[in-house]
Amino acid sequence: AAEAAPFRFAARPVRFPREHEFFEDGDVQRHLYLQDVLLQVADVPEKPRVPAFTCQVAGCCQVFDALDDYEHHYHTLHGNVCSFCKRAFPSGHLLDAHILEWHDSLFQILSERQDMYQCLVEGCTEKFKTSRDRKDHMVRLHLYPVDFRFDKPKKSRSPASPGAGTQALAEVQGNSGEQSEGDAMEICTEPVVASPAPAVERRTYSHRSVPDLFLKHVLNAC
Amino acid sequence: MWSRRQGRLRPVVCGVEELRRRRREREAVLRKARREQQLVSKRLLRDDAPEEAGEGCVSVILGETEVQQLLRQAQRGTEEKRERALVSLRRSLQHPETQQTFIRLEGSMRTLVGLLTSNQALLQLEAARCLHELSHSEQSTVAEACLPATSYLLTYLSSHSSDFIELCLYTLGNLIVESEAVRRQLLPQGIVPTLAACIQSPHVAVLEALGFALSQLLQAKEAPEKIIPPVSASSSILASTLPQHMLQLLQPGPKLNPGVAVEFAWCLHYIICSQVSNSLLIAHGALSTLGLLLLDLAEAVQRTDDAGLELLACPVLRCVSNLLTEAEVETVGGQMQLRDERVVAALFILLQFFFQKQPSLLPEGLWLLNNLTAKSPSFCTSLLSLDLIEPLLQLLPVSNVVSVMVLTILCNVAEKGPAYCQRLWPGPLLPALLQTLFLSDTEVVGQSLELLHLLFLYQPEAVQVFLQQSGLQALERHQEEAQLQDRVYALQQTALQG
Repeated sequence: AAEAAPFRFAARPVRFPREHEFFEDGDVQRHLYLQDVLLQVADVPEKPRVPAFTCQVAGCCQVFDALDDYEHHYHTLHGNVCSFCKRAFPSGHLLDAHILEWHDSLFQILSERQDMYQCLVEGCTEKFKTSRDRKDHMVRLHLYPVDFRFDKPKKSRSPASPGAGTQALAEVQGNSGEQSEGDAMEICTEPVVASPAPAVERRTYSHRSVPDLFLKHVLNAC
Repeated sequence: MWSRRQGRLRPVVCGVEELRRRRREREAVLRKARREQQLVSKRLLRDDAPEEAGEGCVSVILGETEVQQLLRQAQRGTEEKRERALVSLRRSLQHPETQQTFIRLEGSMRTLVGLLTSNQALLQLEAARCLHELSHSEQSTVAEACLPATSYLLTYLSSHSSDFIELCLYTLGNLIVESEAVRRQLLPQGIVPTLAACIQSPHVAVLEALGFALSQLLQAKEAPEKIIPPVSASSSILASTLPQHMLQLLQPGPKLNPGVAVEFAWCLHYIICSQVSNSLLIAHGALSTLGLLLLDLAEAVQRTDDAGLELLACPVLRCVSNLLTEAEVETVGGQMQLRDERVVAALFILLQFFFQKQPSLLPEGLWLLNNLTAKSPSFCTSLLSLDLIEPLLQLLPVSNVVSVMVLTILCNVAEKGPAYCQRLWPGPLLPALLQTLFLSDTEVVGQSLELLHLLFLYQPEAVQVFLQQSGLQALERHQEEAQLQDRVYALQQTALQG
């Protein structure tokens, strides 16, 4: 009798899909907020200043008067630093990968037998036989740049082979800006307007620990 | 707890009238955009600290040579000099003309990316700010010129500098809405797992920025097919830990931050209204979390005069309303996740708040009330026992849309049977109905007729009073109307026989 014709009411929960016009008002409010029209901003907050202090890390003499600046400096320069070669990395994840691939002799040995080079993209668990293969994967599948600065190939001392010439050249260019202290992937691009002076060449093998080199040499000889 | 965070947003430099005018203009633009399904917004973080102005670096439009010069200066020399050059560049990039000049210069983005990835903190930050200005541009060519930087922006989300991360997130958020092409690059680059890792940050500013970026991703047209569902590989929202973290950030309590909560409530709304896999969210306790949040909101609304709370209330209401339509909720006692009386009371407090501050949101609140009462006798009982019928009727004059919804909700109650109708009449209901019959809107009148039918059915004594109060004359006004005729006639018969 309740739903008897001509009456047609029936209680039912209603759902609205994304683009329904029912949402128009609320959506507009949301976007007014995003575009800062709704908020009444009193003033731009000043960075809290503190008495000037020096960075406590040995060898660093930068001075700061704001904690935010110091936090950023510390994490960028001293945060994820490789204790072997002093390169700095943006995250612990990349630092770990670097240490494993550049400074761990066991890794080198294992990598001859199994796929050890882990993809660097968050969430991807693929592993590869060589860093070259890994780079190909990152470029093709993850659309990463070919010259991704946190995936420099390890400097190799293998005898001249077709690929080695260009590889070595890339490495020299890559290290042209290198300094000894906490320098990660320094700018390695040519300046916007070509400068007449060529990049200064530096010794590229000065940071290698001797046992590493020896082992590599031994493995190559076998 | 509910005081709004002061972010690094543009300072207001004009009067109230000007503000209102701007707001009206913006609103019109946004409405048009939404109707064309093009509603996207970018955010701009701009720090115009006074000491920078003192440098003499006034924000001007720069030509090609000057931009080149600044880029050169940024690459050589003391860190201080390099930083100053970048600051000048950044300020000039506020202008679309300079932006165009910059992107057309060969190697400029490469240089900027180089500075972004240098290990000199101040240079990194300024380079990131330059990128941010570019990302905010309305011109696609400018925003898309930032694409070479995205892998680095994502990489830096795992770093430890919260200011820097925040900036990268807002920049990514701006780029995300630019085009599907941009998203087609960001997704394989691992943006979803990266955000899932980043959401564990304790920094409020980072979380708010992350919520913004995520909401942009979820608003994308292709999100329901390509970004949200758990089937699409590693770049899927529902397959990640993001839903659990989002719900955690929406838990009411001392740790709840309104700015953060707003962003993630909108994220949840975009997921839920895509109707992809809401059972997953329910399994994670979405209904109980959001229900508790509603209670919390109602309390907050009574305590402060903060006009920003509707920004949070709106998406929360939408989420709960849509979730209530899921099958599990009706059968497996999913409704147990929502406590009876308190949610209804909370909703009414919010309705009052909307009535005063934002009447355009009343339909959304009433939508939830409809979904609560439609299939649930106990929520209908709550409505009655909390004496909420009269407050509900007071909303009738607001608009036709609101009237229809109020009447629908009352039908929900009346439909439950005689025990319910007995508590609807005598009372203010019948007089209110007689009033609505004098309106001309067909939908409103139609819903009134439905309600009258139910009332007469379960509470026949009401017929007499109806007749005494000139009910028949009120009905006669609509007997020519095609959509109403049959029902008018049926009611007339009932009344005359009764």
